[in-house]
Amino acid sequence: MERTISTDDLSSHADSEHHGSAVRLENVTKRYGDDSLPAVDDVSLTIDPGELVILLGPSGSGKTTLLKMINRLYEPTSGQIWIDNTEVHDLKPPQLRRHIGYVIQQSGLFPHMRVADNIAVVPKLLGWDKKRIARRVDELLALVDLPPQTYRRRYPSQLSGGEQQRVGLARALAAEPTTMLMDEPFGALDAITRAHLQDELLRIHRQLEQTVLFVTHDIEEAVRLAQKIVVMRDGRVVQYDTPVRIVTQPANEFVAELVGADDVLRRMSLLPVDLAIEPLAHFAANGVPEISRDSYLRDALSQLVESGADHLVVVDNNDHPVGALSLESIQRAAAPPEHPATPAAVAD
Amino acid sequence: MSKLDLSYLIDHRGHVWALTVDHIELSLTALVIALPIAIVLGVLAVRFRPLSWPILTLVGILYTIPSLAFLAFLIPSAGIGRKPALIILVVYAQVFLVRNIITGLNGVNPDTLEAARGVGMTGAQVFWKVWLPLALPVIIAGIRIALVTIIGIASITAWINAGGLGDLLFVGINRDYPAMVLAGVVAIVALALVTDLGIRLIEWLTPVARARRAGGA
Repeated sequence: MERTISTDDLSSHADSEHHGSAVRLENVTKRYGDDSLPAVDDVSLTIDPGELVILLGPSGSGKTTLLKMINRLYEPTSGQIWIDNTEVHDLKPPQLRRHIGYVIQQSGLFPHMRVADNIAVVPKLLGWDKKRIARRVDELLALVDLPPQTYRRRYPSQLSGGEQQRVGLARALAAEPTTMLMDEPFGALDAITRAHLQDELLRIHRQLEQTVLFVTHDIEEAVRLAQKIVVMRDGRVVQYDTPVRIVTQPANEFVAELVGADDVLRRMSLLPVDLAIEPLAHFAANGVPEISRDSYLRDALSQLVESGADHLVVVDNNDHPVGALSLESIQRAAAPPEHPATPAAVAD
Repeated sequence: MSKLDLSYLIDHRGHVWALTVDHIELSLTALVIALPIAIVLGVLAVRFRPLSWPILTLVGILYTIPSLAFLAFLIPSAGIGRKPALIILVVYAQVFLVRNIITGLNGVNPDTLEAARGVGMTGAQVFWKVWLPLALPVIIAGIRIALVTIIGIASITAWINAGGLGDLLFVGINRDYPAMVLAGVVAIVALALVTDLGIRLIEWLTPVARARRAGGA
């Protein structure tokens, strides 16, 4: 049944640029048992190469089931899953999985192996030679910001939760996969460590540009990381869009409630200042408090209130002013979304 | 005559040593036969959960049969000598081996096993590289208790001419020769203690134990 297919298109070559794979789901359904409701119900989804996509939904919405069908930890009842030009069922599961990075919550590391051996698992399975593996391990430890000399020989039990997840990330990246599956990887970490690791993930993703599918039920995390968000409910995709559009134009009441779109402070903590930016020309720029372009409207509001100024100057990463914010512009940008699901004015 | 008369142990050390070697041979033979049986039973119980209760109950009940009664019961069918002795030792060892194999394998975090599959290990690789190594300390502890138990019961099987250090006990008692009995007791206790220590050392060397020490837990 299983044809022998080269796994080349699932991994980038060492000397070529690291790019993501396109992931395509076609009418994927997963049913546990015979007559129960499907856990995943006829989902079709296209994820562009190199995109960081968040699967968001309450527990039982099917997001983890969907993720685990991509590396065949679960088998779909029907439907097809393509990674670039390979249907995942054309490969034997171990073959497939060695070319897809996989990161899970907490206990994903092997407790009886040192950090270096944990990271080396996949390269060893792929039969790399010792020198190449040792080089790669050090490279990856440096990438996730753990000094190799200090961490190589430690056991997972000697690491903090955040360090363990960094090693988990390094292990998943070891064989240069072009697709990464992450199942609530930061769920068990405290808020500060989680924010650090989210930044690391964004940095690494910018650098390596793999396709990342990331499951979470945490809306803040979703908006922080996502280029696109897949909102799931009862095994179906309810909305697939950019974070800003999900927050400002939720597809229905469910999405609005899930992302807290009706709570103005929540909305403001999710919306980037970019949305409220006005030309600098209208405002005086001297002696006015500055705010980074990477901030959110909520940061801007608190800065306005705290400083007592009537506007802020928005600066880019090089401290160049790029625009201004005022209370009015923030108000406009943070206005409540319109719910298409509430037909307030239906014409006859 | 003092109560701790070691004259026999000293004067007949060659004989005591020969019986010790014989005792070790009988015990290790029993373990080598018992282990594959226990592995089959244990793995069956882990793979098919409903089997685990009946298997554990059966080996538990067998262990509660008093050893002399068991020996007497076997004589009509198996006769005397090594064969019935081995049967008894193999049966008694099961309870410790099977129980610890099941506990050890079931004690491994399922998420860790899924992670192993998730990174691309085959079923056999998951078992040999992750599942078994993580269960090993508990399994080895089971082997230690089983072997020490075997060594103890193997001194009783001398009663049916199975040989070993038990000879010194039975012959010594029959001849009312306390120094001979004492030689047997000392040798058996020493053998049990050395075995226990030796296997504890092996437990201490497993990767899991090493990781645990490193973690300071």
